[in-house]
Amino acid sequence: MKQGKIIRVAGPLVVASDCLGAKMYDMVKVGQLGLVGEIIELNNDLAYIQVYEDTTGVGPGEPVTLTEQPLSVELGPGLLGSIYDGIQRPLDVIRREHGDFVSRGIEMPALRRDRKWAFTPEKKKGDRLVTGDIIGYVQETPLIQHRILVPAGAEGEIIDIKSGEFTVEETVCRVKTQAGSEVGIKLFQVWPVRRQRRVKERMMPDEPLVTGQRILDTLFPLAKGGTACVPGPFGSGKTVVQHQLAKWSDAQIIVYVACGERGNEVADLLLSFPELKDPSTGRPLMERTIIIANTSNMPVAAREASIYTGITIAEYFRDMGYSVALMADSSSRWAEALREIGGRMEEMPGDEGYPAYLASRLAEFYERAGKVVCLGSEHREGALSVIGAVSPPGGDLSDPVVQATLKVVKVFWALDDQLANMRHFPAINWLQSYSLYRDSLKKYMAEKVAEDFTDLSQEALKILEMESELQEIARLIGVESLSFKDRLVLETARSIREDFLHQNAYHPQDTYTPMCQQYLMLRNILYFHQKANQALEEGCDFKEIISLEVREQLARMKYFPHDEQALLGVEKKIDVSFKELSSRG
Amino acid sequence: MAKEYLTVSNIVGPLIIVEKISDVKYNELVEIEDATGHRRRGTVLDVSTNQAVVQVFEGTVGLDVNRSRVRFLGRSQQLPVSEEIIGRVFDGSGEPRDGGPRIIAHKMLDINGSPINPEARDYPSEFIQTGISAIDGMNPLVRGQKLPIFSGSGLPHSQIAAQIARQAKVLGREEKFAVVFAAMGITFEEANFFIEDFRRTGALERAVLFLNLANEPAIERNATPRLALTCAEYLAFDLDMHVLVILVDMTFYAEALREIAAARKEIPGRRGYPGYLYTDLATMYERAGRIKGKKGSITMIPILTMPDDDKTHPIPDLTGYITEGQIILSRELHRSGVYPPIDVLPSLSRLKDKGIGPDKTREDHADVLNQLFACYARGKEARELALILGEAALSDLDQLYLKFADRFENEFVRQGELEARGITDTIDIGWKLLRLLPEKELKRIRTEYLEKYYRE
Repeated sequence: MKQGKIIRVAGPLVVASDCLGAKMYDMVKVGQLGLVGEIIELNNDLAYIQVYEDTTGVGPGEPVTLTEQPLSVELGPGLLGSIYDGIQRPLDVIRREHGDFVSRGIEMPALRRDRKWAFTPEKKKGDRLVTGDIIGYVQETPLIQHRILVPAGAEGEIIDIKSGEFTVEETVCRVKTQAGSEVGIKLFQVWPVRRQRRVKERMMPDEPLVTGQRILDTLFPLAKGGTACVPGPFGSGKTVVQHQLAKWSDAQIIVYVACGERGNEVADLLLSFPELKDPSTGRPLMERTIIIANTSNMPVAAREASIYTGITIAEYFRDMGYSVALMADSSSRWAEALREIGGRMEEMPGDEGYPAYLASRLAEFYERAGKVVCLGSEHREGALSVIGAVSPPGGDLSDPVVQATLKVVKVFWALDDQLANMRHFPAINWLQSYSLYRDSLKKYMAEKVAEDFTDLSQEALKILEMESELQEIARLIGVESLSFKDRLVLETARSIREDFLHQNAYHPQDTYTPMCQQYLMLRNILYFHQKANQALEEGCDFKEIISLEVREQLARMKYFPHDEQALLGVEKKIDVSFKELSSRG
Repeated sequence: MAKEYLTVSNIVGPLIIVEKISDVKYNELVEIEDATGHRRRGTVLDVSTNQAVVQVFEGTVGLDVNRSRVRFLGRSQQLPVSEEIIGRVFDGSGEPRDGGPRIIAHKMLDINGSPINPEARDYPSEFIQTGISAIDGMNPLVRGQKLPIFSGSGLPHSQIAAQIARQAKVLGREEKFAVVFAAMGITFEEANFFIEDFRRTGALERAVLFLNLANEPAIERNATPRLALTCAEYLAFDLDMHVLVILVDMTFYAEALREIAAARKEIPGRRGYPGYLYTDLATMYERAGRIKGKKGSITMIPILTMPDDDKTHPIPDLTGYITEGQIILSRELHRSGVYPPIDVLPSLSRLKDKGIGPDKTREDHADVLNQLFACYARGKEARELALILGEAALSDLDQLYLKFADRFENEFVRQGELEARGITDTIDIGWKLLRLLPEKELKRIRTEYLEKYYRE
């Protein structure tokens, strides 16, 4: 293989000469240690390389080996349940072979080469294949069937297809292409991370990604195939929101990218996911999860690559026809990696020192989400939803990363540290947040949940909005001087906040609420509001209304077992209470 | 024998540029001898085919261009360690400061360490009782956590850190315990406070100190916390000890980093700090933790003073994004004479949920904690309202909350510097205060606990 020579080392940036013929974003091996790097700029025969490992001890004169391949990931059976670093090296295998600390220059295939997988073909000899067709499947985990797709360039007629146990490297199917040559299809394929995987057609997202988080599903829903961002200062609960989504959202595959964040958070995922059960199937969540962990103390350049590694794996599962959700925590750390490399390249900085291409890179990344018709001769739909956490300095939403993200995402869950200080979790600010999917999901909600679902959630938002206006007035003249109707709005808003929006991620019942229960809970609260309004008009005493015992029932609704009868019971009790009240009055 | 260069061409701030070099590696340790024969050390920050940029730890005062001799040592900076290291005091670059001999190395360790494989991490879940209610009750610390104290100038962060070092224990166990203390840029008096406190309580015998005081070279500060953490890793993962690392003051550390970045003419990020401040801080903070299958642990309490008490300043801000929570001190509480002046509401311990509960503290701890937070927040709201409208205009309920907030500060948060409150006492005080409020206000507490504890 062709070799260049190092002429400069400055942290993660290495410059090498004699690299004529190298292509942009080719992977290279740097120095005697063979550290993994990627070419990010070419200038005549000089190549600027960002190195994915610590460059201590590397110096000028050492060789750079050009692989002439772009940075790629391996896609095939063995991905599920794995934990990888930013450039898809398996951290569990590294630990077994190299100890508790990550050392350098480790080369290791992402997929195990020695493991055999039972392959069941679904096509037969003589069938014609196009890119994206499913030739068969491997039951990778009890939860997920790993469908084997025809890779690009292997279109044609099947000469031979096998059934039985194979390693990922063995050819299971041979194809005669139109040009007449013979191509083998293996259980795995390779794809460059920076290139989007192709789809047949893109569709409009129209189904919600149900997360079991009341404020998200009811007020600010995300669609399957949609994009969301969660910005917030530290301590406002971004990571808990991301973890809750990874645990409870009804996507079939979860790709979790821990990008420049805490090691202990990854440990938490690894510890809790094998024990948590998927609500619909009862299998451990780890069986549908892939974790990409490049924690903040791991090399900064690999952090930049980690979100691409993650999204390429996610796209691959989407191409099988699955609904996939990717969580990136946090995109700010990724942007900082860009800034750090850009700074070392002495590029002209843009806003806050970030490179000028920050916004376009972010947009490119989020555009890889979507609901699509997958490649292949059969009609198959897949969806890839992306949820990115953003950590703006000081929680300041004018931060360039937040602003660039808001331009492309459709759902905005704004975390608020004032709410967090009051221990109102999830600390999502209901006045600032929005979802542009509310309209496109209206039809689905009306059909699958309840006719008046969207109206109710609109009403809840209206009451919360009125609350913030009334509070301003109350602050000036005192609550006592407001009309009873207004005070009732305040009471109901408080009830929506405390009894509905507040949700304890660590409480066994409260951590997840199914869709129809969310609906009933909200309906009960608003039903009480409506009844109370009537009672006020009939001349009942305000104090008596708000001290009705049934309100305590409303507060306890979230701890009810997952059973609709109990919630319907509350509605009856509201009726009874008001009847009693008016008969007293 | 390493080659010696007389080719220094440029001296800028803490940096020197050496020309016509060969076979120099990035991050290599360098020895520089000035005209008088005095030696100092540095590391390579940037190396090209014929020149190297070297950062000099002890500063460049007295160096000249034509007579300085530079040797590249072919290795990165290392710390010699052995069991003898316990009880010793070193300066900011790892040389003995207590008059004792140098450590005879059992092992030489690279001070930059290697990242812990996230897969190897064991999730911190053992509750540490610090004896301070505002921490144990509201923001519990667990073994392997990194929990900084965000302070301001003039606030008693040193006293709190010393109190934690003195009282910290895991309930029901006797284990090997050590304190590693790193001082960066603090004054002699402040450093002496810690040393005297450690000496008085006997903690000095199981402590290792690395001191870089305010009058010592600022650039050295870049190595000091790394030396301390390398030592802590040795004690924790080789000698199976539970190590508490105290780093003061991270603000001075970050300022030293800024100084180097400025001298290198790097593009500055926010407030002149380099764009990689986050990554740099993370490579230190993330060295705290536990490893599966190892007995020892590293718990870290970095202390930083927020310039102008501003939490959004880059140093506290980036620290907060890396550490697992923060303890914030409040000037108001301090002024009203409450010790420890811990501002409970914005403080946070992210790992608390796994560290508390039955068998660890008490079954009702989590609920009580959430309820106390909510009530105290509401009480403070009521206090603000009372300022505008007068106390008489508050509703009866708000008046109760106001009273709750006052008593919370005075009975729960306030305690003596030498008082080690047990966790059950702390929770019981919590219940005593919650009983000020009617039962139906306590929405965050499960009914069974209300029955068991509220109604007694």
